[in-house]
Parts: sequence; C-alpha cells; structure tokens
Amino acid sequence: MATLAQAPPSDSTEEPARTEAPRGRWRRHLPPYVAISPYYILFALFGAFPVFFSFYLSFHDWDGIGSMKFVGFRQYYWLLHDSVFWHSIVNTFEIWFMSTVPMLFLALVLAFLLHSQVRYSAAWRVAYFIPNVTSMVAMTIVFGSVFAQAGLANSLLKAVGVDGIGWLTSSLGIKSAISLMVIWRWVGYNALIFLAGLQAIPNELFEAARVDGASSRQVLFRVVVPQLRPVILFAIITSTIGGLQIFTESQVLFYSDDPGTAGGPGQEGMTIVLYLWQKSFNDLQFGYGAAMGWILFALIAVFAVINWRLVSGGDRDDRRGIPLLRKGGRNGR
Amino acid sequence: MAAEHTNSHAGLAIGAGSRRTRVLVRVALLLGVLVSLFPFYWLVVMASVTTQDILAYPPRLVPGTQLLHNMREVIDRIDFFTSLFNTVVVATVGTLLVLFFDSLAAFAFAKYEFPGKGILFGILMATYMIPSQLALVPQFVTMAEFGWAGTLKALIIPGAANAFGIFWMRQYAQNSLPDELLDAGRIDGAGFFRLYAQVALPLFRPALAFLGIFTFISLWNDYIWPLVVMVNPDKVTLQVALANLNIAYNTDYAVVMAGALMSVLPLIVVFLIGARHFLRDLAAGATKM
Repeated sequence: MATLAQAPPSDSTEEPARTEAPRGRWRRHLPPYVAISPYYILFALFGAFPVFFSFYLSFHDWDGIGSMKFVGFRQYYWLLHDSVFWHSIVNTFEIWFMSTVPMLFLALVLAFLLHSQVRYSAAWRVAYFIPNVTSMVAMTIVFGSVFAQAGLANSLLKAVGVDGIGWLTSSLGIKSAISLMVIWRWVGYNALIFLAGLQAIPNELFEAARVDGASSRQVLFRVVVPQLRPVILFAIITSTIGGLQIFTESQVLFYSDDPGTAGGPGQEGMTIVLYLWQKSFNDLQFGYGAAMGWILFALIAVFAVINWRLVSGGDRDDRRGIPLLRKGGRNGR
Repeated sequence: MAAEHTNSHAGLAIGAGSRRTRVLVRVALLLGVLVSLFPFYWLVVMASVTTQDILAYPPRLVPGTQLLHNMREVIDRIDFFTSLFNTVVVATVGTLLVLFFDSLAAFAFAKYEFPGKGILFGILMATYMIPSQLALVPQFVTMAEFGWAGTLKALIIPGAANAFGIFWMRQYAQNSLPDELLDAGRIDGAGFFRLYAQVALPLFRPALAFLGIFTFISLWNDYIWPLVVMVNPDKVTLQVALANLNIAYNTDYAVVMAGALMSVLPLIVVFLIGARHFLRDLAAGATKM
C-alpha cells in the first residue's frame, strides 16, 4: 500500500515544483517517516510519557490506588533526610569502586595477553565472554552458595588454615561478594572491547615509534594508551552507569519479606535501585520511588560528564611530545 | 580470524618474546578461563548431588547422579515449562519486532533525506541515555492503566523498537549498502518498502544477526521489569520463577541449583551457536562508538 505513495524519482523531478510542491514533497517523504515512526510512537507512550509522569509523581504522595496528594518538594526533602537512602548511595559507590577499578585493570591485562596470543583466539573469546551472557539470577544463586558460611569459598580458606569470612554477613564481606560477582561477569566483556581497540591501532604507529628508538615502555604509554583512550572512555562510562544500577545481586542474595532486613545484615547490600524497587513496589510509595529515580538519573548524568571530562581532558598532555600522534592519532571517533 | 595474525603488533605483544614468556602467557590465560568457567562447573556439581552433599565438608567436587531427580523436583514444584514458554515467546517475538522496526528505521535514516531528520536522530540518541529505572514506577502504572500488567504484551511491546538497535543498524547501512544498488532498484520502479525488503534487508544479515542475539540475550535475562510487571504469580518468566524457587525452597539447595541450571542452559546453547559473529561485532561496535 505505502509503496504506491512513492512516485519514482524520475517523475517527481520532471513535475513543475511550484504546482505540486507541498503535496508531492509530503508524499515523497511519507515512507521514511512511516519507517521511523514505530520507535517514536513507542517512545512517546512508554518512554517520554512515563518520564514526565515520574517527574509529576515525584511531587505527590501516591500508593497507586487512592488519590494523589500534592506534597511539593517534600519527597525530595524526606529522601535527603532518609538514612537508609544515604546508606544505599554509599553502598552503591563502595561496590562500584571495589568492582570497577580491579575489573578494568584486569580487563586491560587480559586484553594484552589475548592480543599476544594468536592461536585459538575465537575459543579464548567465547570462554571469557560466557559469564556475561548468563542470567544474573542463576549465577547470583550459585555465588550465594559459594559465599555461604559453610560454602566453597570458606571451605577453601579452611583448607589452607584461614578462618572463614562472613561473606554474606559482614559489611566488607557483602561488598566484596557483590563486587566479585560484578568483576567475574564483566572482565571478559571489557577485555574484548579493549582487545578490539588494540587491534585497531595501525601498525605504522609502532613501526614509526621503533624507528624513532622508542622503548617498549614508551610504546605502551605513548602509543598504546593514548590510542586506546576512546575505548577506555567507553568502558569507564558503561561500567559507571552499570555500577550505579546494581540490583539483581543484592535482591536475590538478600531477599526478605521484612523491609527492615532487605539488603542483607545491616542493610550493607542495599543499593539505590534495590531501595527504589523496595519503596515503590513493596511499600507502594510511588512518589518516593519516582523522586529516587530522578536522583539516580542526576547521579548518572553527573558521572557521565565527569568521566567524559577526565578522559578526554587528559588528551592534550599525552600527545604533546609525539608529533606523529598529533597528525594521525585522532582515530576511533 | 586470519586478519588477527597479521594485525598482532609484533614487538609490543607480550608473548612475542622468549618461549618462556609465551608459555607464561598461555598459563595465565588458561587460569583466567578456569575462573571464568568454574561457576558453571560448580553449578553442574551442585545440581547433580543431594542437598546434604552440598553442605558437607570437605565439599564434594565432582558431579553426582541426582541431576534428573533434582530436575524432576523443579518441574514438580514450579510451573517450569510455563515460565520457559513465556520466556521463549517474549525473547523470540521481542527480538523479531526489534529486528524489523530497527532495521526499517535505520534504512530510512541511512539512505533517505527528509525534513527534521537531524533533530529526530538527535532525539533518538538522547533517549538512549535515559536509565530505565527512572521510568520504572510510571511505566508500571502505564501498564496497569492499559490493562497489560501481568501479560506478555507488557514485556514485549514497550521495547519493540530501541535506540541502540537503530543506531547500530544505521551505522551498518551507511557503510555497506551501496547507493547504486538502491538507484538500480528505483529504475526498476521499486518504492521505499520494496527497496527495504528486497535490497536492504538481505544485505543487513550480518548486522541483524548480532542485534538479534544481543536482543534475545537481554530479553531472556531481564529481571527487574518482569519482576515488577508480571503481577500474576502463575504467569512469570524464567528469571522470576527461578528467584521465586530460591525464595520458597532455599533450604533445598540441590533443587534450586537444578532450576538455575535449567534456566541457564538454553541461552548458552543459543549463544554458542552465534558466538563467533556476535563477539566480532560486539567489539566492532564499541570501537566505533
């Protein structure tokens, strides 16, 4: 049907533009608009409307059934005076830091190792990527048993004569357990991203550096690292956004009907999204949950900007001494 | 993979040195793989023994004989096949819709000029940045208002077209769909939708394969949204059913582990089938971003 709406291009150019212009133009452009419209319709209904509604909701008290009560900025005020909320922010950042830093470092090392390994490279990649594919719920259950008081992790420690760690009962244990899960899941993913960045570096850069008499160390810090910058930036931003949204690990590890103990002993595993979910769908405080969603959004936006500044701001210094990179170095963007 | 051989920068490459360093690199990589795959092995061990065996010290490190028994327990205790069916329907139908809508939109964005194109594409990329949790509460309210809460529609329709996929397909279309081919089609009298279906779509195959596997995996593994919106406990997805099994029977470790294994296996099979292409494209996407 819609194919009929489009006249062959030869026709439309022959027609005098003046008489048929508005209508002909509209008809000519109709098919691409139809083609892109599903996304915008779906986004309007299930993206934009909910986002505006959540803004509206964050100024109201509502349990989802009764009538809404306007409370102004009070949800935000309560939120900023809610010790559990602050605790969840601190926990989220601690877990984010404890997982992201080692994860990106290990991924970088792994990428270098994989880069030097030309045999069976497809098999390596598959093996390292599988953790990322599997369901979080299932693997959290597995890790939950590994980190249980009498679980595998403590059995191994016992075998080498170390006292068991309260992986799921102490503050540091809980955060370590969740961080280890995050690391396990994302190291391979980031290593493959870094590996692709490494392989995209043109060989001429290395040859030129070698002709100039650069040492391996200089090559690494003056050629490889600057060239990898866009890819590292990508990894840092995605890891940060992902880290601020940790939910499944805590929710599955520490599920409890009692809201007071959600997030584990001392609520040390309570994350921002877990608290958002708990307040919204356990306690039916929809306005409170909506306000929390906006604070989460603001945090993510702030961190995305900081990441961007940090990584792209350093660009200048590293390239100063290397004329070669000034000319051909800006790739990948 | 031949290209990687030539592209491995000899000299920088750590393993390029002595034989000894090469062996060390391989040992390190193997250790990494062991860590990467051990939890799956451990899952199989725990799913195939009795709960007493799991709790015993020293721990039993080899698989047992109870796997089928434990799996049967899972099927008896939760409606495993219903949730598996729900998950398969959501992941399959959802993926097909994403592939269709995203490739169609990408074709328009890559190969056609129309008023407002730049702004519309900018909006698209901006929406990509919005975290999904922001809309969690109101999206649930919307679904309840529509009467979709608790139905598979709630899991399929809102994500049936997405910004990432359109961006990804558009990149691909710009690079690998020659204008001459479309012009040739136009001379033969084909319109927009015929060109899409008969010229563009067949050429999109490799990019569609990546987007398809990626979308399928995300839909299969999604947890928070089905947890929120599937209000009817009889009608849940595999992930939610597994979490419920864990809550209800968390003292029967072996049964819960069998359930976890059953929820993980189908997806691993899908992934292994498409892994080669998938991993290559995943990396290509990130370096081009």
